[in-house]
This record gives sequence, structure tokens and C-alpha cells, in this order.
Amino acid sequence: MDGNIVSGSVWRAVGVIDDIPRLGSRVVVSASGDIAVFRTADDRIFALYDSCPHKQGKLSQGIVHGDQVTCPLHNWVIGLTDGQAVAPDEGCTRTVPVRLDGQTILLAVGGS
Amino acid sequence: MNMIAPKRRRLVLIGNGMAGVRALEEILARTPQAFQITVFGAEPHGNYNRIMLSPVLAGEKTFDSIVTNDRAWYEANGIELIAGEAAVAIDRDNRMVTGEHGTVRPYDVLLLATGSNPVIIPVPGHRLPGVISFRDIADVETMIASARQGGAAVVIGGGLLGLEAANGLIRNNMPTTVLHLMPTLMERQLDPVSAGLLKDDLIRRGLTVITEANTKAVLGTDKVEAVELADGRILPASLVVMAVGIRPNTALAKAAGLECGRGVQVDDGMRTSDPAIFAVGECVEHRGALFGLVAPLWDMAKIVADRVTEIAESDYVPSVTGTRLKVTGIDMFSAGDFTGDEHTDDIVFRDAARGVHKRLVVREEKLIGCVLYGEARDSAWYFDMIRNGTDISALRDLLVFGPAAAGVGEPAGPETLPDTAEICGCNGISKGRILTAIADHKLTTLDEVRARTKASSSCGSCTGLVERLLAHATGGAYDTAPKVKAMCKCTSHGHDAVRAAIRERSLKTIPAVRSAMGWTTPDGCASCRPALNYYLLCAWPGEYRDDSRSRFVNERMHANIQKDGTYSVVPRMWGGVTSAKELRAIADVVEKFDIPTVKVTGGQRIDLLGVRKEQLPEVWRDLNAAGMVSGHAYGKALRTVKTCVGSEWCRFGTQDSTGMGIALEEMTWGSWTPHKTKLAVSGCPRNCAEATIKDFGVIATEAGWDLHVGGNGGIKVRVTDLLAKVTTDDEVREYCAAFMQMYREEAHYLERTAPWVERVGIESIRTRMADPIERGQLRDRFLESQRHAQRDPWADRAAGVDRHEFTALATVE
Ligand code: SRM
Ligand SMILES: Cc1cc2nc3c(=O)[nH]c(=O)nc-3n(C[C@H](O)[C@H](O)[C@H](O)COP(=O)(O)OP(=O)(O)OC[C@H]3O[C@@H](n4cnc5c(N)ncnc54)[C@H](O)[C@@H]3O)c2cc1C
Ligand code: SF4
Ligand code: FES
Repeated sequence: MDGNIVSGSVWRAVGVIDDIPRLGSRVVVSASGDIAVFRTADDRIFALYDSCPHKQGKLSQGIVHGDQVTCPLHNWVIGLTDGQAVAPDEGCTRTVPVRLDGQTILLAVGGS
Repeated sequence: MNMIAPKRRRLVLIGNGMAGVRALEEILARTPQAFQITVFGAEPHGNYNRIMLSPVLAGEKTFDSIVTNDRAWYEANGIELIAGEAAVAIDRDNRMVTGEHGTVRPYDVLLLATGSNPVIIPVPGHRLPGVISFRDIADVETMIASARQGGAAVVIGGGLLGLEAANGLIRNNMPTTVLHLMPTLMERQLDPVSAGLLKDDLIRRGLTVITEANTKAVLGTDKVEAVELADGRILPASLVVMAVGIRPNTALAKAAGLECGRGVQVDDGMRTSDPAIFAVGECVEHRGALFGLVAPLWDMAKIVADRVTEIAESDYVPSVTGTRLKVTGIDMFSAGDFTGDEHTDDIVFRDAARGVHKRLVVREEKLIGCVLYGEARDSAWYFDMIRNGTDISALRDLLVFGPAAAGVGEPAGPETLPDTAEICGCNGISKGRILTAIADHKLTTLDEVRARTKASSSCGSCTGLVERLLAHATGGAYDTAPKVKAMCKCTSHGHDAVRAAIRERSLKTIPAVRSAMGWTTPDGCASCRPALNYYLLCAWPGEYRDDSRSRFVNERMHANIQKDGTYSVVPRMWGGVTSAKELRAIADVVEKFDIPTVKVTGGQRIDLLGVRKEQLPEVWRDLNAAGMVSGHAYGKALRTVKTCVGSEWCRFGTQDSTGMGIALEEMTWGSWTPHKTKLAVSGCPRNCAEATIKDFGVIATEAGWDLHVGGNGGIKVRVTDLLAKVTTDDEVREYCAAFMQMYREEAHYLERTAPWVERVGIESIRTRMADPIERGQLRDRFLESQRHAQRDPWADRAAGVDRHEFTALATVE
């Protein structure tokens, strides 16, 4: 899937799709901060830095619906595809490129 | 003084009320960054809509719902709010304001908005406790509290404020008499005929009204006991409300040497005699006139904002005001000069059978005033003509029958009004502004219009007009029929309809509810999913499989998330009683896991704060090993049962309150409820366990137990209502289980017992609970549900359930 691939980053296998419950999320601990990997009801996978643009709430702990997640701290709704907060809130969380290879989840991490 | 010059000019506002805060809003709308703003407010809250105190008193609104600017608003706008500290001095030479607790703030621009003080008639006894006025939320709280205690009330003053106070007291079941000095009520807004109709209406509502009543004294020794009239009549009263008028609050301005007449004198630019000081609101006197309604304040706020931001040299121009009495079911409106003189004509319409009276006053073919009683739906049309000085000669014959009959529009309604017509008098919003907002932001619901424009968000009397404008503008797409509030934006159904469908149509999963009820979103949202999960859990105990994806994080993790993403752990301490073994286990856990904070909670147990997610299962395992289980401090569930020491130790205790608390906690723990549920048991009426602010509170008496329900602390404290008096321990348990179940089955998700009891009425709950058959059935359903619910979630998770919640998926460099 798309996302900003940083130069020098590499695809890393972080698990298989069934490691994440539907409408759920798991965290990948990375050198550049925790990454929340989400699975939607229809088995699409998205990845965002695990930090809400509002006050850094852990999005991995939120409620997932459609392709959005509601932050557990103050209920901002963040789009999984682009990391954008849904109006009237404003802000953006960085996305991380992620793709599925069969059952395997690959994240593009590392690089500069 | 030797200070680094601040970049932004300093603006200090004294008076955190309607006019002052509106002026700030207008200033921020013009230049969000120009000022560093500080507000001194004598009242200990943010800003609320004072005019809505009447509906709050009448029980039609909650205080929360009338707060217009909460603390978050001040924070978001970078405003320093010093609430609860009155300003006591203005040093004009050094441009400093000092507060009563010694806070000092410098200003470049000072804005006075100190409002007015109620007039207290200095009859003997006027200082006795129990004599109050009707001005702020504290007064409303006093009235509600004294209505609860019983006794009668006397309201002195039959004007707008006095009648709204009296109506509110009657609605709180307090026998109330209104004393009015003049021969007719509200003589400044009503002609004698409509005043007579009003009097009849009020008497029908249970008020006693005495006109031409001259108060001679308030009687009583330590507190109010009665009111004595000049004619010798004595009216017993435990509460006296004086509502005889207001006087601009000029004390501070006078002390600072500003020119004052009856109010703080201002010029057309709202500037006082000191050019650095402005004043708005009821504290001012402008060209000899004083103010007592909000509409002119909105205009003043705009002028002062233009001036202090130096955006325009606009001037305040007084305009006609209109008045409505905010008593539900009484439809009246009055504006302008409605008495007339030898140069005016009256047009009068009267339908005595329907209680309708309309009087229009015309001078030189212009409408200059009107009184509408019993049917005021055309008020906006008349008011607009009064304000604009419209020539009515062509309409004169049919004027009194309203716009429909006068043929100026089909069908009659706000759509026939010009764009300048004022729709919402409380907020000064014109028809044009509403239509622009609807068009620009594609608004389709009343709530959206309220949020964007503030129209209809105050007294609500223009709601009908706003709805019709909306219907007209959206081509009838808007349905004006009264609607239940939808659960969330995924559905148009309200909570009750969804619950009924779950039961009656045997819906057993969240997707089944969504498809049966026509949800518009594929997975619902963070607001409906937890509600549906709860409703299903409650309807199908033992059968429904909890959906952890529809649980808020705390209930999924079985711990409270903290602002830094760590969690807190609160083990259950039955009835607040612990032991060396438990305390030792807690101490060991704290040391082993290096838990940063250990705190005794307000709920009589111990909170371990700052536990990392991955540590949770281990922490729980160790606590389980010492016999402790989850305290559900995170759940919409049974939380704590507070107790006092009771008859076991206390020299006043009449029953074993600790034992009773433990028994109730053993019965109720683990149950999921619409919102959190808290219990308490006190061993005597001294009530050390604070049982009267709990969802279910028990107080021991010599004879047995008093059972109280529907209390809570929190933002809006509510004291419980008495549910029943019982004699045996078994009855306490039975009532408790039955009450819990009634609340579980009937309240809306996220509705605590306090608002639920207020919504359905304590009477109906009391009656149903008094019926032994219904009570027994409720209790049985509760106990059946508990058979499935009383499973320690911590033990399950320590044993591996939902392990994925607590561990990272992977670690990469
Ligand atoms: C820990 C504790 C404060 C303390 O250190 O003493 C606490 C902490 C929180 N309270 Fe409380 N309340 C605590 C006792 C109370 C009490 C006192 C009591 O229970 O006697 C009250 C007033 C009584 C009442 O509930 O009516 C209280 C009224 C609230 C409210 C307002 C509820 C309301 O209906 O208005 C909230 C907000 C809410 O629930 O939406 C709240 C919410 C919270 C939350 C859950 C805020 C949140 O969502 O994160 C806090 C969680 C902190 C944490 O992670 O532990 N807390 N809270 C107390 C835990 C008691 C326990 O042992 O379980
Ligand atoms: C029960 C009730 C019902 C009403 N109904 C209506 C209605 O239906 N329609 C209508 O148009 N109007 C109505 N009014 C009148 C309307 O509320 C007032 O006109 C309006 O609130 C005045 O605004 P203000 O800002 O001038 O004063 P306020 O709103 O009273 O604000 C003044 C604030 O200044 C604070 N203050 C005073 N001195 C100091 C000091 N030295 N330091 C710090 N703070 C200070 C006060 O505590 C107060 O909070 C009603 C009023 C009441 C009481
Ligand atoms: S009062 Fe309750 S909610 Fe507020 S900060 Fe304290 S613990 Fe948190
Ligand atoms: S931190 Fe996410 S909504 Fe506040």
C-alpha cells in the first residue's frame, strides 16, 4: 500500500494477518517510535505511528470502525489511510507503508 | 516598573458573565492574537447562560447544558480565567487590577462587565437566612435544596424574574405564593387584560397570587419563618425569594473614580470616562438608559470589540427589545410601547375561550408595540415591523390576524420575513445569518444550525422558527416532527427503540442489530458499538458473547489508561476492608514491578498507577495469588461499595454497615451497567460513607435501613431520593438487586442513575419497586445475570486470554 517510503527503508516481516484481531490493532516497536498496525473488518491492513496528533494518545488502543480509528483519550477520529484527523479536528499522524505478502505483514521501516 | 514589554496588549475583563464573555468572543473573532486576556470572575465557574437558570430551576435543563463557555474554551483561546475571585480594586494610574485573594494583573485595556445586583427591600428581617434573590446558579441550588426540605415559599415580585422563580418552585413541589405590589402582574410587559389571563394560568398551575400586596416584614428568629403583609396577613414560609428589580453593579467603578450615574456611564463606543476602560452589559448606563435583557448586550459586545481591536469606530444604537416569559406552556410576547397614548390606536383581538389576547399599538401607520398572549407564533413578524418602522397602512385591516391572513406570504411563517428579521432574540441572530449558514455549510439538522449560529441554543422559544427556516431552505428534507435523539450518527433510532428491537426481534449480535435497524455505516462507530455491546449483554445474559472490539480501551484492558499510555490497577477491597496479607501482596507487587505511584482512592481502596501494558497480566497474577480480584475501577460496571465502621466499632453505629457493604459488594460485583455504579452503606444517619450521593445508598437507622437512589458526586452533584425504608437485611439485598436490574434494563448507555431517575421520575420507580412481584422478578433477573458475570477478568487474562492485547507484535530496529 502507499505511504511515504523513506529512502533506505526496507520491507520487514512483522507477523501474519491473524496476529491482529479484526477491527483491532497491534504495536510494532521500532527505533523511530511505536507503530500501530491495524486490521479492518474486511482484512485490510494499515499502519500509523502510535501517537494521536492531539495529545499523543495511543491509537493502537482505540476503537476501529470502517477505515478510521477513534483515539482512546479524547475521541478524535483518525483516518487509517492518510493519518488525517476527521473534521472539525485538525492534525495528522504519519503513516507507515505496509503491505501483505500472502498472510505475512510487511512494514517499510528503517532508512533516514 | 522595570519589565520587558509584552508583545501582545493586555486585556483584563472583570465579570465573567454573559456580556463580558460575549465581548471576548467578538474580539477573538476579529483578532484572535491581539490580546493577552485575563478574566476575573466572582462566580466559581466558566460562563453560563444566565437566562436559562429558570428552566434549570424548573427541572427542564441541567446546569451543564447551559454552560456556554467551559474551562476548555478559555484554555483553547489562551485566556487566563481567575474564577471565584472578585476584582476588588482598579489602580487607574498604574493600570492594575487586584483580586480579593491578592491576584494582581496589569492591563492596557480594561473591560468592565460586572452585571447588576438584585434589589433587596430593606424590610425588617431581610437578612435572615432563607431570604435570597434569583440571580445565579447558587440561588437556584438554594431553591432546589429548600424545596426538598419541604415548607412553603413566598416570592416577592410578580415581574418576569419573580414569576419564573415561582413557576420553578411549584415544579419542585413547593407551595408558592407570589406577592406583587401593583394591581396587575408584569405591568411593564403586559396590559391589564393579558396580565389577567396570565394570573389565571398561573393559578391553574397551583400558584397563589396576591396583587397589591405590600410586604411589611420578614419574620423569624434564626431563619425565615413567615412574611407579614401591611394588611396584617401572615404567610408562613421557609424560603423568601426577592425579585423586585436589579441595580447596576457599579461599586468597583465608583471606587476607581469612573463617572457613574445609576450605572457606569459609557459613550456610544462603550468607553467609560477613562479612555482605557470600557464597560458592557447590565452595569452600564448609556444616554441615561439602563439594561436588563440580553439582546442589547450582544450589540454592545460587537461595538466594544470593534473599538478595542480598532477595526471600526462603530457606535451603539439602542433598539427596541422584546420579552417572553420562560414558563413552559405559557405563550406570550411583548415588545415596544404597548400602552399607547392619545396619539396612538389600538388594534385588539380577543378569543376568551382559547385564552388568546393580542394588542397592537399603532402610531402614524407604524406599529410601535405589541402584546401577544396565548398565541405568540407571529411575534417575529410583528417585532420586525416594530424595529424597522414598516408602514402598515396596506395591511392594517388584517394585521392582527398575522402574516397568513394579511396575505404577505403563503404559507405564513418565517420564510415571509425579510433577511434582517431577528429570529433568535437571545443571541441576536437574524434570518439572513441562519440562511447563510445553512447554505454555506450544508446544514440539515437543528443541532447543526445551533452549533454554527447559536440560534435556538438559548431559551429555545425560537426553535419552531429555526426549524421552519431549515425545512424551507432544505426543500422540505427536514422533518419538523418531534424526534427522539438518535443514538449516534450511524442511525436515526434512539436508544429505547434499539433496546426494544433487541428484545422483541431477538437480535443477538451487533451486526444483526445494525442490519435489522438500518445502520448507515458498516461497522458502527466508537459511540454506538459500546452501547450495542452493553444492550446485548444485558438482554441475553450467558448467551451473548462479549465483543471486545466494541469495548472502550479500559474495559478491553481491564485497567484505566493514563495520559502517558500506561495503566492503573485497582484491586477490589470488599467494603473498603483490607488485611495485612492483602497489603503485603500489594507492597510486593509495587516493588517487584517498580510501580511509580500508590494512592488511596476516593473509593476506599488502593490504586497502583503507572503500570506498563505488558506488565499487566503479571501484576494481576500476583494479586490473584493473594486472593484479590479486579475492582472494575475502569468499567461501566459496579465500582466500589463504600462503608463506614458501623456498629462493630463506632459508638453511634446502629447496624453493621461494613458487613452489609461487603454483602452487597459480593452480590453486585462484576455486573456491567449503563454507566458506572457506586454503592455505599452508612451505619447511622451521620452518614460517614456519603451514601446520599451514591447510585444506591443505604443508611442504617434504629428501626432498620433507609434505601436511597440516584445520587452522584461528579460535575453536578445530585443528592439521592429516598426509595424505601426497610427493616431486614434480606430486603436491603432484594431492593438493591432489583434496583440495579431496573437501571440496567431501562437506562440509556452512559446515563448514570441520577439523570435516569430525573428522566423517568422517582415516583414511577418507587411505585414499581414497591410492588413485591415486580421487585422479585427484577431481583431474579439480576441474580441470573450475575451467575454469568461474576468471573474475574484479571484471572482470565493472567491465564492467557487476549494475550495479543498486552504484547507487541514485533520489534524492529
Ligand atoms: C482513582 C480515582 C481518584 C482517586 O485517586 O481517588 C478516580 C479516578 C478517575 N475518575 Fe473518578 N475516581 C475516583 C473516585 C471518584 C469519586 C468518589 C467516589 O467514588 O466516592 C467520584 C464522585 C462520586 C461519583 O461517581 O458520583 C468520581 C467521579 C468521577 C466522574 C464524574 C462522574 C459523574 O457522573 O459526573 C468521572 C467522569 C466520568 O466517569 O465520566 C470520573 C472519572 C475518573 C477517571 C476514570 C477518568 C478517566 O476516564 O480516566 C479517573 C481514572 C484514573 C485512574 O486511572 O485510576 N470520576 N470519581 C477514584 C477511584 C475510586 C475507586 O476506588 O474506584
Ligand atoms: C433568572 C434570570 C432569567 C433571565 N431571563 C432573561 C430572558 O429570558 N431574556 C433576557 O433577555 N434576559 C434575561 N435575564 C437577564 C440576563 O440574564 C442579563 O441581562 C444578562 O445576564 C446580563 O449580562 P451581564 O454580563 O451584564 O451580567 P451577568 O451575566 O450577571 O455577569 C456579570 C458577572 O460579573 C461578576 N462580577 C460582578 N462583580 C465582579 C467583580 N468585582 N469581580 C469579578 N466578577 C464580578 C458576576 O458574578 C457575574 O458573574 C434573566 C436573568 C435572570 C437572573
Ligand atoms: S478529579 Fe478524577 S478525573 Fe479529575 S483529575 Fe482527579 S482523578 Fe482525574
Ligand atoms: S490524544 Fe487522541 S484525542 Fe486526545
